Amino acid sequence: MSRMLQNISWLEPWMLLLKGENVSAQLATIFKGLAIPMAGILAFLFIWQGAANSIDTSLGQFPGPVQVYEQSFNLVKEHKRERQKEVEFYERQDERNAKKLAKNPDAKIKVRPYTGKPTFFDQIVTSLITVMSGFLVASVIAIPVGIMIGLNSGLYSALNPLIQLFKPVSPLAWLPLVTMVVSALYVSKDPMFAKSFVTSLITVSLCCLWPTMINTAVGVSAITQDLQNVSKVLRLNFFTHVTKIVLPSSIPMMFTGLRLSLGIAWMVLIAAEMLAQNPGLGKFVWDEFQNGSSNSLGRIMVAVLVIGVIGFMLDRVMLMLQKKVSWDKSAVLR
Amino acid sequence: MAGDIHLFNRTASTTVNKGSNIMVKTHLEISDVSIEFPTPSGPFKALDGVDLKIKEGEFVSLIGHSGCGKSTVLNIVAGLYQATTGGVLLDGREVNTPGPERAVVFQNHSLLPWLSAYENVELAVKQVFKGKKSKAEIKEWIEHNLSLVHMDHAMHKRPDEISGGMKQRVGIARALAMEPKVLLMDEPFGALDALTRAHLQDSLMEIQNELNNTVIMITHDVDEAVLLSDRIVMMTNGPAATVGEILDIELARPRDRIALADDSQYNHYRHEVLRFLYEKQSKVEDIDQHRPKKVEAVEEEAPQKATA
Repeated sequence: MSRMLQNISWLEPWMLLLKGENVSAQLATIFKGLAIPMAGILAFLFIWQGAANSIDTSLGQFPGPVQVYEQSFNLVKEHKRERQKEVEFYERQDERNAKKLAKNPDAKIKVRPYTGKPTFFDQIVTSLITVMSGFLVASVIAIPVGIMIGLNSGLYSALNPLIQLFKPVSPLAWLPLVTMVVSALYVSKDPMFAKSFVTSLITVSLCCLWPTMINTAVGVSAITQDLQNVSKVLRLNFFTHVTKIVLPSSIPMMFTGLRLSLGIAWMVLIAAEMLAQNPGLGKFVWDEFQNGSSNSLGRIMVAVLVIGVIGFMLDRVMLMLQKKVSWDKSAVLR
Repeated sequence: MAGDIHLFNRTASTTVNKGSNIMVKTHLEISDVSIEFPTPSGPFKALDGVDLKIKEGEFVSLIGHSGCGKSTVLNIVAGLYQATTGGVLLDGREVNTPGPERAVVFQNHSLLPWLSAYENVELAVKQVFKGKKSKAEIKEWIEHNLSLVHMDHAMHKRPDEISGGMKQRVGIARALAMEPKVLLMDEPFGALDALTRAHLQDSLMEIQNELNNTVIMITHDVDEAVLLSDRIVMMTNGPAATVGEILDIELARPRDRIALADDSQYNHYRHEVLRFLYEKQSKVEDIDQHRPKKVEAVEEEAPQKATA
């Protein structure tokens, strides 16, 4: 129990405070860990409110914290309303079908899916699915390629100029090309995924391949000579060498790359969704912008904050994963 | 074999042979080995005509000043470096690639930090005995080797959870578990404190008493060399280092460090080695020059591709 609590470091001073141990020191820790960040946030909110009051746009005043707070409740309400409508839609449909069956037991029953517009929360889910798919595709490509070029300096020299060339390319530059290629090649009568999804996914993958690839390669090429000698003396075959020596020793660097990649993927995704019209957060922002109601800016600001929070949480999840797979538990990961 | 040793012990002669030795049966032969490393200012000859014959079950120490090429000799025997001329014969067959029959104990343990002591040994055992031993036998063999080095109590700990001496013990267990024809030890105790080193030397003598392995050990430590070895090979300073003198150590085994501390024979051997190192191959005049640094740099950075 105490060990578990130790892991939740911000709880520790509170626990000690309750026990009455060294009260003034605990209060100081709490002040530093809680009060100072809170003060920072409060100061930001004041400046934001002040600045917002003096910015008048064609869509009304720029939203301050209060408006944004209200809009976030509106978005929740809309979501609930939409869900309610969906439930009612299915109820009506079931009723109709039941009547039909009562009249004629052999009647063909069609269940039509609900086609209401996606709410803010549906769009968050879509964005998360898209970003994770794109990130997975990129990782599946980048990690093996990174290992190969890390092991083989010739291959590295061959690929490095290409990596350096494509690494700084903006997603917006890729998108038109990807869109055209997807429309040309991804042709099927009953597509498993929407084209907009595939386009966003590929754009995200193209942009977030590089940090993982480069960092994996660096990690792999930095394996100490000693461990390589061990591998040689043991005559490990290529597969064992990679799984027992190369992969574990490059995991820290690999995860640095993966975290950078996921961050980029999330950033790129919003832009990609705006242009590809994939029904995610990017499309939400774009639609609100096009909509141009007096609430739009507030709603966009909610999206901005949510995007930030989700980006932060994605990074935390990767950090947790890194801590789980990392063999060096003493390393400080942040 | 054992009889031979006792015979030697009784006569206890203190011959210092130069370059050659009378062998009953050669197990490992280092034959006229020279190696050159390419440097920007032309090839650098680290070793020149190293000749050494080692019989089975013999414990040979290589001693010399740092940078004289001791590690290079060991790396050539291990197959990690390729000799420019000459070669290494093990049981009459040339070896020039690394392999588990020439297991290496590295100076800084070189355990895989993500594997436990057991798993580190397991990696080696599975590599050598895959298909030859059953699962249960493999497990037993790993545990046997870990208990040989007195690590059975901590075999499921990872390297960062055990002390430096314990890591080196595991490194030795890993090498022993491969049942090597030759055990190569590259300053195995160099990074340890004096007490731990003494413990490990005692353990090594104990193991050697039991298994009678053929060992080549590199060391800086004169006491260690005299205490452990059957023969001490003293190397001249580089560049173009070679075997300077060979000293037969004919002290009765098992050897006891405390008893030997006052032993005149033991002290005589120590003197021989010290005289070689500090009088005949004194390095004092080199300290201010650039060469020793360069030698070391070349030794450490010499790439594997340095094959001619």
